[in-house]
Amino acid sequence: MDVSTLTIKEAGDQLASGELTAEALTKSYLDRIKEQDSDIHAFLSVSDTAVSEAIEIDRRRAAGESLGPLAGIPVGTKDVIVVKGWETTGGSQILEGYRAPYDATAIERLRKAGAILIGRTNCDEFAMGSSNENSHYGPVKNPYDKTKVPGGSSGGSAAAVAAGFVPAALGSETGGSVRQPASLCGIVGLKPTYGRVSRYGLMALSSSMDQIGSFARTVEDVATLLEAIEGRDPKDGTSAELSNTTVPALIEKSVDGMTLGVPKEYFASGMDSRVATVVQEAIAELERAGAKIQEISMPHSEYALAAYYIIQPAEASSNLGRFDGLRYGYHSGGENLQETYERTRGEGFGTEVKRRIMLGSYTLSAGYYDAYYRKALKVRTLIKRDFDEAFKNVDAIVCPTSPTVAWNIGEKFNDPLAMYLADIYTVTANLATVPGMSVPCGFVDGLPVGLQILGKPFDEYTLFRIGATYQNRTNWHKQTPN
Amino acid sequence: MQFSREEVLKIAKLARLHLEEEDIVKYQEDLSSILSYVEKLQELNTDDVPEFQHAAGSVNVFREDVIEGCDPDVRRRAIDNFTAREGDLLKVQAVFENRTE
Repeated sequence: MDVSTLTIKEAGDQLASGELTAEALTKSYLDRIKEQDSDIHAFLSVSDTAVSEAIEIDRRRAAGESLGPLAGIPVGTKDVIVVKGWETTGGSQILEGYRAPYDATAIERLRKAGAILIGRTNCDEFAMGSSNENSHYGPVKNPYDKTKVPGGSSGGSAAAVAAGFVPAALGSETGGSVRQPASLCGIVGLKPTYGRVSRYGLMALSSSMDQIGSFARTVEDVATLLEAIEGRDPKDGTSAELSNTTVPALIEKSVDGMTLGVPKEYFASGMDSRVATVVQEAIAELERAGAKIQEISMPHSEYALAAYYIIQPAEASSNLGRFDGLRYGYHSGGENLQETYERTRGEGFGTEVKRRIMLGSYTLSAGYYDAYYRKALKVRTLIKRDFDEAFKNVDAIVCPTSPTVAWNIGEKFNDPLAMYLADIYTVTANLATVPGMSVPCGFVDGLPVGLQILGKPFDEYTLFRIGATYQNRTNWHKQTPN
Repeated sequence: MQFSREEVLKIAKLARLHLEEEDIVKYQEDLSSILSYVEKLQELNTDDVPEFQHAAGSVNVFREDVIEGCDPDVRRRAIDNFTAREGDLLKVQAVFENRTE
Protein backbone atom coordinates (compact mmCIF):
# COMPACT_ATOMS: atom_id res chain seq x y z
CA MET A 1 0.00 0.00 0.00
CA ASP A 2 1.43 3.40 -0.98
CA VAL A 3 0.62 5.83 1.79
CA SER A 4 3.30 8.35 0.87
CA THR A 5 1.00 10.91 -0.70
CA LEU A 6 -2.09 10.45 1.48
CA THR A 7 -3.55 13.55 3.09
CA ILE A 8 -5.26 13.51 6.50
CA LYS A 9 -8.55 13.97 4.69
CA GLU A 10 -7.99 11.03 2.31
CA ALA A 11 -6.69 8.73 5.03
CA GLY A 12 -9.55 9.76 7.34
CA ASP A 13 -12.15 8.97 4.66
CA GLN A 14 -10.61 5.56 3.98
CA LEU A 15 -10.48 4.77 7.70
CA ALA A 16 -14.09 5.80 8.13
CA SER A 17 -15.28 3.68 5.19
CA GLY A 18 -13.35 0.65 6.38
CA GLU A 19 -11.10 0.55 3.28
CA LEU A 20 -8.14 1.03 5.56
CA THR A 21 -7.34 0.26 9.18
CA ALA A 22 -5.34 2.48 11.49
CA GLU A 23 -3.10 -0.49 12.19
CA ALA A 24 -2.24 -1.01 8.50
CA LEU A 25 -1.77 2.72 7.99
CA THR A 26 0.54 3.09 10.97
CA LYS A 27 2.57 0.03 10.01
CA SER A 28 2.96 1.32 6.44
CA TYR A 29 4.38 4.61 7.68
CA LEU A 30 6.65 2.86 10.18
CA ASP A 31 7.94 0.64 7.35
CA ARG A 32 8.65 3.66 5.19
CA ILE A 33 10.53 5.33 8.04
CA LYS A 34 12.52 2.17 8.66
CA GLU A 35 13.40 1.74 5.00
CA GLN A 36 14.10 5.32 4.00
CA ASP A 37 14.78 7.54 6.98
CA SER A 38 18.42 6.53 7.33
CA ASP A 39 19.01 8.80 4.29
CA ILE A 40 16.96 11.71 5.62
CA HIS A 41 17.15 11.51 9.42
CA ALA A 42 13.78 13.19 9.96
CA PHE A 43 13.00 11.08 13.03
CA LEU A 44 15.04 10.83 16.23
CA SER A 45 12.95 7.89 17.39
CA VAL A 46 9.67 6.17 16.64
CA SER A 47 7.08 5.17 19.19
CA ASP A 48 6.97 1.53 20.26
CA THR A 49 3.31 1.89 21.22
CA ALA A 50 2.06 3.45 17.95
CA VAL A 51 0.81 0.16 16.51
CA SER A 52 -1.02 -0.86 19.69
CA GLU A 53 -2.60 2.61 19.86
CA ALA A 54 -3.73 2.20 16.25
CA ILE A 55 -5.22 -1.23 17.02
CA GLU A 56 -7.12 0.33 19.91
CA ILE A 57 -8.55 2.99 17.57
CA ASP A 58 -9.63 0.25 15.13
CA ARG A 59 -11.30 -1.61 17.99
CA ARG A 60 -13.15 1.49 19.13
CA ARG A 61 -14.24 2.24 15.58
CA ALA A 62 -15.52 -1.33 15.14
CA ALA A 63 -17.41 -0.98 18.41
CA GLY A 64 -19.15 2.09 17.02
CA GLU A 65 -17.64 4.51 19.51
CA SER A 66 -17.49 8.15 18.57
CA LEU A 67 -13.96 9.07 17.52
CA GLY A 68 -12.06 12.33 17.23
CA PRO A 69 -11.27 14.16 13.97
CA LEU A 70 -7.75 12.65 13.76
CA ALA A 71 -8.73 9.11 14.73
CA GLY A 72 -6.06 6.72 13.50
CA ILE A 73 -3.98 9.39 11.74
CA PRO A 74 -0.23 9.10 12.44
CA VAL A 75 1.36 12.44 13.36
CA GLY A 76 5.01 13.29 13.95
CA THR A 77 5.95 15.71 16.71
CA LYS A 78 9.00 17.94 16.94
CA ASP A 79 11.39 16.99 19.69
CA VAL A 80 10.81 20.23 21.60
CA ILE A 81 7.24 19.25 22.54
CA VAL A 82 7.15 16.93 25.52
CA VAL A 83 5.46 13.53 25.32
CA LYS A 84 4.99 11.65 28.58
CA GLY A 85 7.49 8.84 28.99
CA TRP A 86 9.35 9.64 25.78
CA GLU A 87 12.91 10.79 25.68
CA THR A 88 12.51 14.44 24.68
CA THR A 89 15.80 16.21 23.99
CA GLY A 90 15.13 19.45 22.13
CA GLY A 91 17.81 18.22 19.74
CA SER A 92 20.32 18.91 22.50
CA GLN A 93 22.92 16.84 24.25
CA ILE A 94 22.03 18.59 27.51
CA LEU A 95 18.70 16.71 27.60
CA GLU A 96 20.03 13.37 26.41
CA GLY A 97 18.25 10.68 28.39
CA TYR A 98 15.59 13.05 29.77
CA ARG A 99 12.19 11.41 29.90
CA ALA A 100 9.28 13.82 29.94
CA PRO A 101 7.06 13.42 33.01
CA TYR A 102 3.92 14.76 31.31
CA ASP A 103 2.26 15.53 27.98
CA ALA A 104 2.30 19.01 26.47
CA THR A 105 -1.23 20.39 26.10
CA ALA A 106 -0.98 20.11 22.30
CA ILE A 107 -0.01 16.45 22.69
CA GLU A 108 -2.86 15.80 25.12
CA ARG A 109 -5.25 17.34 22.58
CA LEU A 110 -3.81 15.34 19.68
CA ARG A 111 -4.38 12.18 21.70
CA LYS A 112 -7.93 13.24 22.48
CA ALA A 113 -8.51 13.82 18.74
CA GLY A 114 -7.41 10.22 18.16
CA ALA A 115 -4.04 10.90 16.50
CA ILE A 116 -1.36 8.22 16.63
CA LEU A 117 1.88 9.77 17.91
CA ILE A 118 4.33 8.00 15.66
CA GLY A 119 7.64 9.50 16.76
CA ARG A 120 9.66 12.56 17.56
CA THR A 121 11.22 14.54 14.75
CA ASN A 122 14.71 15.95 14.52
CA CYS A 123 15.26 19.69 14.91
CA ASP A 124 17.88 22.36 15.51
CA GLU A 125 19.02 22.40 19.12
CA PHE A 126 16.32 24.11 21.19
CA ALA A 127 14.81 25.35 17.91
CA MET A 128 17.78 27.62 17.20
CA GLY A 129 18.65 27.42 13.54
CA SER A 130 17.42 27.73 9.97
CA SER A 131 18.95 24.62 8.45
CA ASN A 132 18.59 21.79 11.00
CA GLU A 133 22.38 21.48 11.09
CA ASN A 134 22.42 22.46 14.77
CA SER A 135 20.87 19.21 15.97
CA HIS A 136 23.21 17.36 18.33
CA TYR A 137 21.91 14.16 16.74
CA GLY A 138 22.98 15.06 13.20
CA PRO A 139 21.47 17.06 10.34
CA VAL A 140 18.27 16.35 8.41
CA LYS A 141 18.48 16.13 4.61
CA ASN A 142 16.02 17.70 2.21
CA PRO A 143 13.93 14.93 0.57
CA TYR A 144 14.09 16.80 -2.75
CA ASP A 145 17.90 16.76 -2.78
CA LYS A 146 19.81 15.05 -0.02
CA THR A 147 22.77 17.39 -0.42
CA LYS A 148 20.54 20.31 0.61
CA VAL A 149 19.21 21.48 3.97
CA PRO A 150 15.48 21.03 4.75
CA GLY A 151 15.33 24.42 6.52
CA GLY A 152 14.89 24.79 10.23
CA SER A 153 14.40 24.65 12.99
CA SER A 154 11.51 22.18 12.47
CA GLY A 155 13.41 20.53 9.60
CA GLY A 156 12.64 16.97 10.73
CA SER A 157 8.88 17.57 10.78
CA ALA A 158 8.93 19.21 7.35
CA ALA A 159 11.14 16.53 5.80
CA ALA A 160 9.00 13.77 7.36
CA VAL A 161 5.85 15.06 5.66
CA ALA A 162 7.62 15.82 2.36
CA ALA A 163 9.15 12.32 2.29
CA GLY A 164 5.77 10.69 2.94
CA PHE A 165 6.71 9.32 6.37
CA VAL A 166 3.61 10.90 7.94
CA PRO A 167 0.66 12.85 6.55
CA ALA A 168 1.16 15.60 9.13
CA ALA A 169 3.45 16.80 11.91
CA LEU A 170 3.70 19.41 14.61
CA GLY A 171 6.55 21.89 14.67
CA SER A 172 7.25 25.05 16.57
CA GLU A 173 8.02 28.59 15.54
CA THR A 174 9.83 31.50 17.03
CA GLY A 175 11.06 33.25 13.88
CA GLY A 176 9.95 31.13 10.93
CA SER A 177 10.81 27.60 12.05
CA VAL A 178 7.62 26.13 10.57
CA ARG A 179 7.05 28.34 7.51
CA GLN A 180 10.65 28.32 6.27
CA PRO A 181 11.20 24.51 6.31
CA ALA A 182 7.69 24.08 4.83
CA SER A 183 8.78 26.34 1.98
CA LEU A 184 12.10 24.55 1.46
CA CYS A 185 10.46 21.10 1.55
CA GLY A 186 7.43 21.92 -0.63
CA ILE A 187 4.62 21.46 1.91
CA VAL A 188 2.18 23.66 3.86
CA GLY A 189 3.28 25.08 7.22
CA LEU A 190 1.23 27.24 9.57
CA LYS A 191 2.34 29.47 12.42
CA PRO A 192 -0.80 30.44 14.31
CA THR A 193 -1.39 33.77 16.04
CA TYR A 194 0.54 34.07 19.30
CA GLY A 195 -1.77 32.72 22.00
CA ARG A 196 -3.86 30.51 19.72
CA VAL A 197 -2.13 27.28 20.81
CA SER A 198 -1.02 26.59 24.36
CA ARG A 199 2.73 26.61 24.91
CA TYR A 200 2.47 24.32 27.94
CA GLY A 201 4.99 21.54 27.36
CA LEU A 202 6.78 23.35 24.53
CA MET A 203 10.42 23.92 25.46
CA ALA A 204 10.76 27.67 25.83
CA LEU A 205 13.03 29.53 23.43
CA SER A 206 11.55 33.01 23.29
CA SER A 207 8.37 33.12 25.34
CA SER A 208 6.92 36.23 23.70
CA MET A 209 7.11 34.66 20.22
CA ASP A 210 7.03 30.85 20.51
CA GLN A 211 4.02 29.04 19.01
CA ILE A 212 3.32 25.43 18.08
CA GLY A 213 2.51 25.11 14.38
CA SER A 214 1.52 22.40 11.95
CA PHE A 215 2.75 20.81 8.72
CA ALA A 216 0.77 18.91 6.10
CA ARG A 217 0.31 18.69 2.34
CA THR A 218 -2.90 20.66 2.13
CA VAL A 219 -4.32 23.77 3.74
CA GLU A 220 -7.36 21.80 4.92
CA ASP A 221 -5.13 19.33 6.74
CA VAL A 222 -3.18 22.09 8.46
CA ALA A 223 -6.50 23.60 9.55
CA THR A 224 -7.64 20.20 10.86
CA LEU A 225 -4.52 19.95 13.00
CA LEU A 226 -4.89 23.50 14.28
CA GLU A 227 -8.49 22.88 15.23
CA ALA A 228 -7.44 19.85 17.27
CA ILE A 229 -4.82 21.67 19.34
CA GLU A 230 -5.95 25.31 19.61
CA GLY A 231 -7.72 27.18 22.38
CA ARG A 232 -7.47 28.41 25.92
CA ASP A 233 -5.47 26.32 28.37
CA PRO A 234 -5.37 27.24 32.06
CA LYS A 235 -1.76 26.01 32.12
CA ASP A 236 -0.65 28.80 29.75
CA GLY A 237 -1.69 32.27 30.90
CA THR A 238 -0.99 33.70 27.43
CA SER A 239 -3.27 31.24 25.63
CA ALA A 240 -6.32 32.96 24.24
CA GLU A 241 -10.01 32.40 24.73
CA LEU A 242 -11.13 31.92 21.13
CA SER A 243 -14.31 33.43 19.80
CA ASN A 244 -13.89 31.76 16.41
CA THR A 245 -12.71 28.26 15.70
CA THR A 246 -11.56 26.95 12.38
CA VAL A 247 -13.89 24.59 10.58
CA PRO A 248 -11.82 22.90 7.88
CA ALA A 249 -14.71 21.31 6.02
CA LEU A 250 -16.20 24.74 5.50
CA ILE A 251 -13.23 26.63 4.13
CA GLU A 252 -14.57 28.70 1.30
CA LYS A 253 -12.38 28.25 -1.77
CA SER A 254 -12.76 31.77 -3.04
CA VAL A 255 -10.82 34.99 -2.75
CA ASP A 256 -13.29 36.95 -4.78
CA GLY A 257 -13.45 40.52 -3.51
CA MET A 258 -10.47 40.14 -1.19
CA THR A 259 -7.67 42.69 -1.21
CA LEU A 260 -4.18 41.25 -0.84
CA GLY A 261 -1.22 43.47 -0.02
CA VAL A 262 2.19 42.86 -1.55
CA PRO A 263 4.85 44.63 0.54
CA LYS A 264 7.56 45.98 -1.73
CA GLU A 265 10.14 45.51 1.07
CA TYR A 266 9.69 41.73 0.81
CA PHE A 267 11.21 41.64 -2.66
CA ALA A 268 14.38 43.42 -1.63
CA SER A 269 18.01 42.88 -2.47
CA GLY A 270 19.48 39.56 -1.38
CA MET A 271 16.48 37.79 -2.84
CA ASP A 272 16.98 35.16 -5.54
CA SER A 273 15.25 36.76 -8.54
CA ARG A 274 14.03 33.36 -9.78
CA VAL A 275 12.27 32.80 -6.44
CA ALA A 276 10.76 36.28 -6.75
CA THR A 277 9.41 35.42 -10.21
CA VAL A 278 7.79 32.20 -8.97
CA VAL A 279 6.14 34.03 -6.06
CA GLN A 280 4.94 36.86 -8.37
CA GLU A 281 3.32 34.25 -10.58
CA ALA A 282 1.53 32.74 -7.54
CA ILE A 283 0.24 36.20 -6.65
CA ALA A 284 -0.93 36.64 -10.25
CA GLU A 285 -2.85 33.36 -9.91
CA LEU A 286 -4.65 34.75 -6.86
CA GLU A 287 -5.46 37.85 -8.91
CA ARG A 288 -6.95 35.65 -11.65
CA ALA A 289 -8.98 33.98 -8.89
CA GLY A 290 -10.61 37.32 -8.17
CA ALA A 291 -8.42 38.96 -5.53
CA LYS A 292 -7.43 42.58 -5.82
CA ILE A 293 -3.66 42.95 -5.54
CA GLN A 294 -2.31 46.12 -4.01
CA GLU A 295 1.30 47.12 -3.50
CA ILE A 296 1.90 48.27 0.06
CA SER A 297 4.84 49.48 2.10
CA MET A 298 5.89 48.17 5.50
CA PRO A 299 8.71 50.63 6.09
CA HIS A 300 10.27 49.04 9.16
CA SER A 301 10.66 45.58 7.65
CA GLU A 302 14.39 46.04 7.09
CA TYR A 303 14.89 46.46 10.84
CA ALA A 304 12.92 43.36 11.84
CA LEU A 305 15.75 40.86 11.68
CA ALA A 306 18.03 43.05 13.82
CA ALA A 307 15.29 43.51 16.44
CA TYR A 308 14.55 39.79 16.35
CA TYR A 309 18.17 38.79 16.92
CA ILE A 310 18.26 40.96 20.03
CA ILE A 311 14.91 39.99 21.56
CA GLN A 312 15.08 36.27 20.83
CA PRO A 313 18.58 35.57 22.24
CA ALA A 314 17.76 37.77 25.24
CA GLU A 315 14.70 35.68 26.07
CA ALA A 316 16.57 32.47 25.24
CA SER A 317 19.45 33.31 27.57
CA SER A 318 16.93 33.63 30.37
CA ASN A 319 14.84 30.57 29.43
CA LEU A 320 17.85 28.30 29.08
CA GLY A 321 19.03 29.19 32.55
CA ARG A 322 17.06 26.19 33.78
CA PHE A 323 19.61 23.75 32.34
CA ASP A 324 21.82 23.41 35.37
CA GLY A 325 22.83 19.75 35.18
CA LEU A 326 21.03 19.03 38.43
CA ARG A 327 17.34 18.51 37.84
CA TYR A 328 17.49 16.66 34.54
CA GLY A 329 19.66 15.70 31.62
CA TYR A 330 23.39 15.95 31.09
CA HIS A 331 25.62 16.47 34.13
CA SER A 332 29.31 17.24 34.29
CA GLY A 333 30.45 17.62 37.88
CA GLY A 334 32.99 20.21 39.02
CA GLU A 335 34.73 21.16 42.26
CA ASN A 336 31.88 23.42 43.28
CA LEU A 337 28.43 24.42 42.08
CA GLN A 338 29.66 27.24 39.83
CA GLU A 339 32.04 24.88 38.09
CA THR A 340 29.34 22.22 37.70
CA TYR A 341 27.08 24.77 35.99
CA GLU A 342 29.85 25.96 33.69
CA ARG A 343 31.01 22.51 32.70
CA THR A 344 27.54 21.05 32.25
CA ARG A 345 26.40 23.97 30.10
CA GLY A 346 29.72 24.37 28.26
CA GLU A 347 29.75 20.71 27.26
CA GLY A 348 26.00 20.08 27.00
CA PHE A 349 25.03 23.02 24.75
CA GLY A 350 26.09 23.24 21.10
CA THR A 351 27.84 26.18 19.47
CA GLU A 352 24.79 28.07 18.22
CA VAL A 353 23.00 27.80 21.55
CA LYS A 354 26.05 29.10 23.41
CA ARG A 355 26.38 31.90 20.87
CA ARG A 356 22.82 33.02 21.46
CA ILE A 357 23.00 32.66 25.24
CA MET A 358 26.08 34.89 25.23
CA LEU A 359 24.48 37.36 22.86
CA GLY A 360 21.41 37.56 25.09
CA SER A 361 23.44 37.81 28.27
CA TYR A 362 25.37 40.68 26.73
CA THR A 363 22.40 42.70 25.47
CA LEU A 364 20.65 42.32 28.82
CA SER A 365 23.71 43.20 30.89
CA ALA A 366 24.19 46.47 32.76
CA GLY A 367 25.16 49.31 30.46
CA TYR A 368 23.87 47.68 27.27
CA TYR A 369 20.21 47.02 28.10
CA ASP A 370 18.96 50.40 26.85
CA ALA A 371 21.04 50.44 23.68
CA TYR A 372 20.05 46.94 22.61
CA TYR A 373 17.13 45.30 24.36
CA ARG A 374 14.99 48.35 25.08
CA LYS A 375 15.70 49.71 21.59
CA ALA A 376 14.65 46.41 20.03
CA LEU A 377 11.37 46.41 21.98
CA LYS A 378 10.62 49.87 20.59
CA VAL A 379 11.36 48.71 17.06
CA ARG A 380 9.06 45.74 17.71
CA THR A 381 6.28 48.27 18.34
CA LEU A 382 7.07 49.89 14.97
CA ILE A 383 6.91 46.50 13.20
CA LYS A 384 3.57 45.79 14.85
CA ARG A 385 2.30 49.21 13.72
CA ASP A 386 3.36 48.44 10.13
CA PHE A 387 1.04 45.43 10.23
CA ASP A 388 -1.79 47.35 11.92
CA GLU A 389 -1.56 50.02 9.20
CA ALA A 390 -1.42 47.46 6.39
CA PHE A 391 -4.48 45.60 7.68
CA LYS A 392 -6.53 48.80 7.53
CA ASN A 393 -6.40 48.47 3.74
CA VAL A 394 -5.84 44.81 2.95
CA ASP A 395 -7.34 41.49 4.11
CA ALA A 396 -4.01 39.68 4.10
CA ILE A 397 -0.42 40.04 2.92
CA VAL A 398 1.22 37.81 0.30
CA CYS A 399 4.99 37.57 -0.20
CA PRO A 400 7.85 35.07 -0.35
CA THR A 401 8.49 32.82 2.66
CA SER A 402 12.21 32.50 2.05
CA PRO A 403 14.56 34.61 -0.09
CA THR A 404 16.10 31.45 -1.58
CA VAL A 405 15.43 27.76 -2.15
CA ALA A 406 17.22 25.13 -0.06
CA TRP A 407 21.00 25.58 0.05
CA ASN A 408 23.85 23.10 0.35
CA ILE A 409 24.44 21.41 3.67
CA GLY A 410 27.43 23.18 5.23
CA GLU A 411 27.15 26.30 3.07
CA LYS A 412 26.16 28.74 5.82
CA PHE A 413 27.10 26.66 8.83
CA ASN A 414 30.12 28.70 9.85
CA ASP A 415 28.59 32.08 9.13
CA PRO A 416 25.84 32.71 11.69
CA LEU A 417 24.82 36.05 10.22
CA ALA A 418 24.28 34.56 6.74
CA MET A 419 22.19 31.85 8.40
CA TYR A 420 20.09 34.43 10.28
CA LEU A 421 19.34 36.25 7.01
CA ALA A 422 17.38 33.17 5.88
CA ASP A 423 14.67 34.27 8.34
CA ILE A 424 14.36 37.77 6.97
CA TYR A 425 10.78 37.41 5.64
CA THR A 426 9.43 35.29 8.48
CA VAL A 427 10.53 37.00 11.73
CA THR A 428 8.15 39.92 11.21
CA ALA A 429 5.07 37.78 11.89
CA ASN A 430 6.53 36.52 15.18
CA LEU A 431 7.49 40.03 16.29
CA ALA A 432 4.00 41.29 15.40
CA THR A 433 2.31 38.11 16.81
CA VAL A 434 0.27 37.64 13.59
CA PRO A 435 -0.47 34.29 11.90
CA GLY A 436 1.47 33.18 8.83
CA MET A 437 1.39 30.25 6.46
CA SER A 438 3.62 28.97 3.68
CA VAL A 439 2.05 27.20 0.70
CA PRO A 440 4.04 25.46 -2.08
CA CYS A 441 3.94 27.57 -5.26
CA GLY A 442 6.59 26.27 -7.65
CA PHE A 443 10.18 25.21 -8.13
CA VAL A 444 13.57 26.71 -8.91
CA ASP A 445 16.27 24.26 -10.00
CA GLY A 446 14.00 21.40 -8.91
CA LEU A 447 13.71 22.77 -5.36
CA PRO A 448 10.43 23.97 -3.83
CA VAL A 449 9.42 27.62 -3.37
CA GLY A 450 6.82 28.79 -0.85
CA LEU A 451 4.23 31.56 -1.00
CA GLN A 452 3.82 33.23 2.38
CA ILE A 453 0.42 34.51 3.50
CA LEU A 454 0.24 36.73 6.59
CA GLY A 455 -3.02 37.66 8.29
CA LYS A 456 -4.63 39.68 11.03
CA PRO A 457 -4.33 38.31 14.57
CA PHE A 458 -6.71 35.36 15.07
CA ASP A 459 -7.82 35.51 11.44
CA GLU A 460 -6.31 32.19 10.40
CA TYR A 461 -9.51 31.56 8.49
CA THR A 462 -8.60 34.15 5.87
CA LEU A 463 -5.20 32.49 5.41
CA PHE A 464 -6.96 29.15 4.92
CA ARG A 465 -9.33 30.64 2.35
CA ILE A 466 -6.47 32.12 0.34
CA GLY A 467 -4.32 28.99 0.62
CA ALA A 468 -7.16 26.60 -0.19
CA THR A 469 -8.20 28.69 -3.18
CA TYR A 470 -4.65 28.62 -4.46
CA GLN A 471 -4.32 24.86 -3.96
CA ASN A 472 -7.65 24.32 -5.69
CA ARG A 473 -6.27 26.04 -8.79
CA THR A 474 -2.73 24.60 -8.79
CA ASN A 475 -0.98 21.26 -8.41
CA TRP A 476 2.26 22.26 -6.69
CA HIS A 477 1.22 20.57 -3.45
CA LYS A 478 0.78 17.28 -5.31
CA GLN A 479 4.43 17.17 -6.34
CA THR A 480 6.61 14.75 -4.43
CA PRO A 481 10.39 14.27 -4.19
CA ASN A 482 10.05 11.06 -6.21
CA MET B 1 31.77 46.61 17.31
CA GLN B 2 34.76 44.46 18.26
CA PHE B 3 34.70 41.92 21.06
CA SER B 4 37.87 41.39 23.05
CA ARG B 5 38.86 38.06 24.49
CA GLU B 6 38.19 39.43 27.98
CA GLU B 7 34.68 40.52 27.05
CA VAL B 8 33.81 37.08 25.68
CA LEU B 9 35.13 35.44 28.83
CA LYS B 10 33.20 37.88 31.02
CA ILE B 11 29.91 37.14 29.20
CA ALA B 12 30.60 33.40 29.34
CA LYS B 13 31.08 33.72 33.09
CA LEU B 14 27.81 35.64 33.44
CA ALA B 15 26.04 32.95 31.39
CA ARG B 16 27.70 30.08 33.33
CA LEU B 17 29.35 28.65 30.23
CA HIS B 18 32.75 27.07 30.13
CA LEU B 19 34.35 27.78 26.75
CA GLU B 20 37.10 25.72 25.18
CA GLU B 21 40.22 27.76 24.51
CA GLU B 22 40.12 27.12 20.76
CA ASP B 23 36.53 28.40 20.46
CA ILE B 24 37.08 31.80 22.03
CA VAL B 25 38.39 33.57 18.92
CA LYS B 26 35.45 32.27 16.86
CA TYR B 27 32.97 33.61 19.44
CA GLN B 28 34.78 36.97 19.36
CA GLU B 29 34.31 37.12 15.59
CA ASP B 30 30.71 35.85 15.56
CA LEU B 31 29.44 38.10 18.34
CA SER B 32 31.21 41.09 16.77
CA SER B 33 29.62 40.49 13.38
CA ILE B 34 26.11 39.91 14.80
CA LEU B 35 26.27 42.99 17.03
CA SER B 36 27.57 45.11 14.14
CA TYR B 37 24.53 44.01 12.14
CA VAL B 38 22.00 44.80 14.89
CA GLU B 39 23.60 48.25 15.27
CA LYS B 40 21.41 49.29 12.34
CA LEU B 41 18.54 49.79 14.79
CA GLN B 42 20.34 52.95 15.93
CA GLU B 43 19.40 54.54 12.56
CA LEU B 44 15.80 54.75 13.76
CA ASN B 45 14.60 57.51 16.03
CA THR B 46 12.43 55.80 18.62
CA ASP B 47 12.28 58.55 21.27
CA ASP B 48 8.49 58.67 21.23
CA VAL B 49 7.86 54.97 20.63
CA PRO B 50 6.71 52.84 23.57
CA GLU B 51 8.32 49.47 24.17
CA PHE B 52 6.40 46.43 23.00
CA GLN B 53 5.39 44.68 26.18
CA HIS B 54 2.58 42.18 25.95
CA ALA B 55 2.57 39.66 23.14
CA ALA B 56 -0.80 38.19 24.13
CA GLY B 57 -2.44 41.54 24.88
CA SER B 58 -4.24 40.00 27.85
CA VAL B 59 -4.47 41.86 31.13
CA ASN B 60 -4.51 40.42 34.65
CA VAL B 61 -5.01 36.73 34.00
CA PHE B 62 -6.02 35.47 37.44
CA ARG B 63 -6.78 32.13 38.94
CA GLU B 64 -7.85 31.07 42.40
CA ASP B 65 -4.95 30.81 44.83
CA VAL B 66 -5.47 27.18 45.72
CA ILE B 67 -3.05 24.31 46.06
CA GLU B 68 -3.80 21.75 43.38
CA GLY B 69 -0.90 19.43 44.11
CA CYS B 70 0.88 17.41 41.50
CA ASP B 71 -0.23 14.22 39.85
CA PRO B 72 1.71 11.49 41.75
CA ASP B 73 2.85 9.81 38.54
CA VAL B 74 4.14 13.09 37.07
CA ARG B 75 5.89 13.81 40.39
CA ARG B 76 7.54 10.40 40.37
CA ARG B 77 8.76 10.85 36.80
CA ALA B 78 10.13 14.32 37.54
CA ILE B 79 12.07 13.00 40.51
CA ASP B 80 13.40 10.09 38.47
CA ASN B 81 15.11 12.63 36.20
CA PHE B 82 17.19 14.11 39.07
CA THR B 83 20.93 13.74 38.63
CA ALA B 84 21.41 12.95 42.32
CA ARG B 85 18.95 12.63 45.15
CA GLU B 86 18.41 11.64 48.71
CA GLY B 87 15.03 10.03 49.05
CA ASP B 88 12.77 12.29 47.01
CA LEU B 89 14.93 15.34 47.53
CA LEU B 90 17.20 16.83 44.88
CA LYS B 91 20.78 16.65 46.05
CA VAL B 92 23.07 19.51 45.00
CA GLN B 93 26.46 20.88 45.86
CA ALA B 94 26.59 23.63 48.51
CA VAL B 95 25.57 27.04 47.24
CA PHE B 96 27.59 28.83 49.95
CA GLU B 97 31.08 27.85 51.02
CA ASN B 98 31.60 26.81 54.64
CA ARG B 99 33.60 29.39 56.51
CA THR B 100 34.64 29.58 60.11
CA GLU B 101 35.99 32.98 61.00
